[in-house]
Amino acid sequence: MLKLEDVHVYYGQVHALKGITVEVQEGELVTLLGANGAGKSTTLMTVSGILRPRSGRIIFEGHDLTKISPYDIVRLGVIQCPEGRHIFGGLTVRENLLMGAVQRRDRNDVHKDLGWVCSLFPVLGERLRQTGATLSGGEQQMLAIGRALMARPRLLLLDEPSLGLAPVIVQTIFGVTQQLHQRGVTILLVEQNARKALQVANRGYLLETGQVVMSGTVEELRANPQVERFYLGGSAE
Amino acid sequence: MTDFQFFIQQAINAISIGSLYALMAIGLAMVFGILRLINFAHGDLIMVGSYAALLLLAAGAPFWVAALAGIAASTIAGLIMERVAYRPIRGAPDVAMLLTSFAVTILLENAAILLFTPTARPFPAPAFLGTAFRFGPLRVASVDLVAISVAGILLVLLTLFVTRTQVGVSMRAASQDLLAARLVGINVNAVIAYAFAIGSMLAGVVGLLWSARVGKIDPLMGFYPVLKAFVASVIGGLGSLPGAVLGGYVLGILEILLQGLLPEALTPFRDGFVFVALIILLLFRPNGILGSTEREKI
Repeated sequence: MLKLEDVHVYYGQVHALKGITVEVQEGELVTLLGANGAGKSTTLMTVSGILRPRSGRIIFEGHDLTKISPYDIVRLGVIQCPEGRHIFGGLTVRENLLMGAVQRRDRNDVHKDLGWVCSLFPVLGERLRQTGATLSGGEQQMLAIGRALMARPRLLLLDEPSLGLAPVIVQTIFGVTQQLHQRGVTILLVEQNARKALQVANRGYLLETGQVVMSGTVEELRANPQVERFYLGGSAE
Repeated sequence: MTDFQFFIQQAINAISIGSLYALMAIGLAMVFGILRLINFAHGDLIMVGSYAALLLLAAGAPFWVAALAGIAASTIAGLIMERVAYRPIRGAPDVAMLLTSFAVTILLENAAILLFTPTARPFPAPAFLGTAFRFGPLRVASVDLVAISVAGILLVLLTLFVTRTQVGVSMRAASQDLLAARLVGINVNAVIAYAFAIGSMLAGVVGLLWSARVGKIDPLMGFYPVLKAFVASVIGGLGSLPGAVLGGYVLGILEILLQGLLPEALTPFRDGFVFVALIILLLFRPNGILGSTEREKI
């Protein structure tokens, strides 16, 4: 479904992605693991068309995403829920969710999906008229995911959905992630919480300083001593 | 005339001039909110619209045709400005964008001087705008009443636009978080073009009202309105639409108040006192009356 082939990305002089090759099959939940600065978020931003690679291709169902705008990438169904939530603080929860469906023209189904998102995250349904800025951190993360779902993603790019959240909320968010996966949404999940990520994913890639250093099924990754070390380090906090 | 009547008279005056500042400030705020660009060339759109209207009036067109053509000319000029001058440098540092807006100003003003000479020309507003209504002992200039009501109608329409339409909500979203706006698939180019079109259209309306009020137009006529609009949007909180409107009215009231309260010898320095008041305000509220205490920079 999605294939990154030898993708190189630079921030000015800094070589951030040094030839990444990653593949996601339809229906899979694939996770990108790695420390801060390994290039996980950069990878997602490049898929979304916000960053442009200097070389390499990103093919989504036959379309080269490196050649089309973020607007058109969303239209293909590749939706990112970015790190740090990036909700619209001055807009109401309802407006935030509807902005997620900004390209859709099927008004009735948009309203059905609004109800569905509110059933996934009941707290959003209770706060539809509040502005995004008044929500707690966990609620904002739910709003960010809900907003992404309003686009009816075919491929959901989830960046650090558990960052800085209380364990109960992390549980909710991973629960929803699994639920979405079971409903057939293909997901590319970036996580620092490797233990959690490996619980829900099918396959994974380990990134270090802009390169894929290992990939495989969840079982293979878990069995690897290097991941083991990283994975224990990642869950120590 | 009693003190009370004098007060009402001055209040109408203040709201009328404040309406014009508010309409101008909205145009600045819409663009600043999304692009972090202070578009000083916004004032020249007033000039473009007024000259377009004047040309049609000179050719014998009825006033309403000339007025619509003037507003259309401002709108088109604003759209061209965005496409030709600002889109190519999008994402450049704020200073580069600011300097570009000065370049656009210089270009437009000098083009107007070449085309129309620097001499001011009388603006033949229709006779009814020169009349005054009498409400008992009060005399209210009809141009003030028109300015106040036109601004009121436009503000209501604008509020409906930014809260009830998808483009309007997208515009607010883009001004709050441009990255998120791109990630949800908002057509950012279209939203920016809308912001310029609406702001420029409002500038066209202000141009007509301003010209009717002053009675003459010249190539540099946009300078004071845009300066006042900038001050208004700083008072209200740069980038905030309600702030721009509030700032416009506050500035109008402040000016008229000082005009009335200052001893006669000091009235020529009225603007100086206005700026002192602005400095005092910014000492206490650095982001303006409605500005958030901390803006997220994207």
